[in-house]
Amino acid sequence: MSNRAFAAIAFAVAIAIAAASQLIGNEYFFVAAYTVLQFVILATAWNILGGYTGYVNFGSASFFAVGAYTSVALYNAFKAPLPVVIVAGTVTAGLVGLGVGYLTLRLRGVFFAIATLALSVVLYTFVVNWDYVGGARGAYIILPREGPFGLSRYIHLLYIAMVLMAAFALVIARAIETSTLGRGLAAIRDDELAAECSGVPTLRLKIFSTMVSCALMGMAGTTLPYFISYIEPSSAFSLSYAVNSIAMPLIGGMMSWMGPLIGAVLLGSVQQLVQVTVSSAWNLLIVGVLLVLFVTLAPNGIMGWVYAWRRRKER
Amino acid sequence: MRQPAGDPRRFRFDPMEITPALILNAVIAGLLIGGFYAAVSVGVSISFGMLDVVNIAHPAFILVGSYIAYIVNDRFGFDPILVSLVVSPLFFALGLGIYRVYYVCFERRGQESLRGLAFFFGILFITEVALVLIFGVDYRTASTAYTDTTLRLGGIDFPLRLVVPFAVSMAMVAGLQVFFTHTFFGRAVLAVAQDQLALRLMGVDPVRIKGLAFALSIATASVAGAFLIVIQPVQPSIGREYIGLVFAVCVLGGMGSIWGTLIGALVLGVAESFTSTFVGPSWAPAVSFGLLLATLAFRPSGILGR
Amino acid sequence: MMAGTLLEVSGVTKRFGGFTALDGVDFSVRPGERVGLIGPNGSGKSTLVNCITGTLRNEEGSIRFEGQDICGYAAHRRIRLGLARSFQIPKPFTSMSVLDNLCVPLLFAARKHEKFAPGRVVEEAMHILGQVGLESKARAMSGGLTQVDMRKLELARAMAAKPKLLISDEAMAGLSASEVDEILALLSGLKERGVAVIMIEHVMRAVMKFSERIAVLVAGRKIADGDPQSVVGNADVIKAYLGE
Repeated sequence: MSNRAFAAIAFAVAIAIAAASQLIGNEYFFVAAYTVLQFVILATAWNILGGYTGYVNFGSASFFAVGAYTSVALYNAFKAPLPVVIVAGTVTAGLVGLGVGYLTLRLRGVFFAIATLALSVVLYTFVVNWDYVGGARGAYIILPREGPFGLSRYIHLLYIAMVLMAAFALVIARAIETSTLGRGLAAIRDDELAAECSGVPTLRLKIFSTMVSCALMGMAGTTLPYFISYIEPSSAFSLSYAVNSIAMPLIGGMMSWMGPLIGAVLLGSVQQLVQVTVSSAWNLLIVGVLLVLFVTLAPNGIMGWVYAWRRRKER
Repeated sequence: MRQPAGDPRRFRFDPMEITPALILNAVIAGLLIGGFYAAVSVGVSISFGMLDVVNIAHPAFILVGSYIAYIVNDRFGFDPILVSLVVSPLFFALGLGIYRVYYVCFERRGQESLRGLAFFFGILFITEVALVLIFGVDYRTASTAYTDTTLRLGGIDFPLRLVVPFAVSMAMVAGLQVFFTHTFFGRAVLAVAQDQLALRLMGVDPVRIKGLAFALSIATASVAGAFLIVIQPVQPSIGREYIGLVFAVCVLGGMGSIWGTLIGALVLGVAESFTSTFVGPSWAPAVSFGLLLATLAFRPSGILGR
Repeated sequence: MMAGTLLEVSGVTKRFGGFTALDGVDFSVRPGERVGLIGPNGSGKSTLVNCITGTLRNEEGSIRFEGQDICGYAAHRRIRLGLARSFQIPKPFTSMSVLDNLCVPLLFAARKHEKFAPGRVVEEAMHILGQVGLESKARAMSGGLTQVDMRKLELARAMAAKPKLLISDEAMAGLSASEVDEILALLSGLKERGVAVIMIEHVMRAVMKFSERIAVLVAGRKIADGDPQSVVGNADVIKAYLGE
């Protein structure tokens, strides 16, 4: 299937889902769905650098927060409309990713991973000290209760935006995966030195992959301030984003665009249930344990099981 | 005078009265805390610098050490540092177990760069959340005979809660340096980093050596944890803040060099102390990352580069 | 610089801290030439290869390829100019099939100087697999091959970059006599296509059979360079291999 056909199908499905959900009366559905969609984007984004290229980013929360705080800054500055805010957040996060990548990708992947981990702390410190976006006390965004275009609530608009963005992220991931660029990334992941000696411009591809991945993570964060109408550092930089963006692709399967989608929907839904019934700390513990279990015992994730089962059937 | 909180001009740095005493105090405080940082980082210098195992969960083990010291101190009043020394064999055993899993699941299959990292991240994460579930997010402190005592020598403050860990840390670092350069086992570890094949030909099992060395690095975490809770109150999320610092120290000092780790730690301690004194304490965490990035960008082999 | 030289290495020096791995090495290769590079373990052969292909940077000296100074070029850029190498310990792209392994250099290196349509990549890859005798294993995963097949894949991947100069780094190490012959036939086939080859080997009969010229590296210095018979009879060379 060509990428154009996939894109058409993805957006058609997205619009269908968005339209169908107007029939749902339960408002909680939108809250839960928003969160799951957020994770679909984050997991898909992480996997572009993680699963496709083999570089681990521990600082997903940082780039997510860049998107969120760019929204807040632009909204406070001149009440920018939603599409502008989304694009701005995406671009800004991409630029931050470019910066970090440029500084650390010439070295071993390990140093990139460590740099991303430390980046969270630094960005957090920066944001806490920056009063324009509320600093440690946080900032409020007051939104109209009704949504535009006749939607009954503003959150419905956010939800639709997220569905479209999730489709967008999946289309981008698949386009990269199936392109020549994607082959180069896979070569880098398997053996970077051999890739370089096969003519793959490894540094350039790594930087590009980092930029796209971080930009999409930022995109996931742009609607957060609108969603919860209040933003403060510890929720924007929440540990939940960091661990989930790694656990979901790992559990779903890192080799293709389907893995993060499956991981996000499954794990995200489970977490919504657990969070409501048990505490959120237990929820995170379960995610952490699943991460360690899968990485040691089932490193290829759920999609890995599917492939193995399919290959066994072929024999 | 600091501007009021809502004022955007708060970003500017105010000039303060800079006296020699102020500078000297900043230096001494920096050196003392640097000694602590050395204890914190020497474990990673071993596991990452010498063994090439990216144990980003090291700060989590340190925290576990802190909490164990806290429990015993709270219950029985024993000195945290003594407790940690007694408990360190347990940490050693834990390290052996973890390396075994890491080796079988990742190192043997060549998957350590992606999945091995994710594994240690998972451990870091689980540890933090488990600590939150058991102890909650409140700060915990240990009480010792010397926690509130500060010596004043020549106009400079020497808080004992910094001095005692500094002294023990120096002893530990010196001991490790002697160990690695003068014992057979220690030199075997250094050899493992350079030429595993030669080691095998000598009849030494590199995997076993690495396991024991890794276990040693975890044992140091126990002691470092005790230092931590003597120096400052602890709560579960502190672990993550130390990762940048730990790796900054190791890279700064040149990977795998014990003396280098010490020097890197002291440099970082003084840099943070100066930032805290002259710019503001809330900026201190950014210093380690800044130094790390600068070192990686300009001199990746560190100060005592090989 | 000699006219018509493909690769010209002049005065190349490489140090690792206090240790000098290469000390003022001069070395050249003409188009289509078959050169053997021998020397005891640790003499700097792999270091020289790394400096030529760009995975290491030499501190002193110059490296010219087809007259161009390539010293500042990243490795992938040198590959695209027509240099290729195989690795001593095979480094296949383990998540890919044998066929897909070849697609990488075809897409990223060969296409830069040999225009062929993207649709023909698979065809080209199968063609090269045919030349090395791996067509039947095209769909197999590259991680589970036998030793000799891995070596063939290494060389096939280097060939897929459509190089003008191919460096074979100890491709025959640890192989049986018949397997050595298979690799030898493979490398000899490159001559027909006008590809120059530097063969780094310890298997002396293969080196003698294959090379038009042999260079000897000992402790980072080139101590002999000439036709095989005279090099092998050279007193210094014999001393280096057998000791005093």
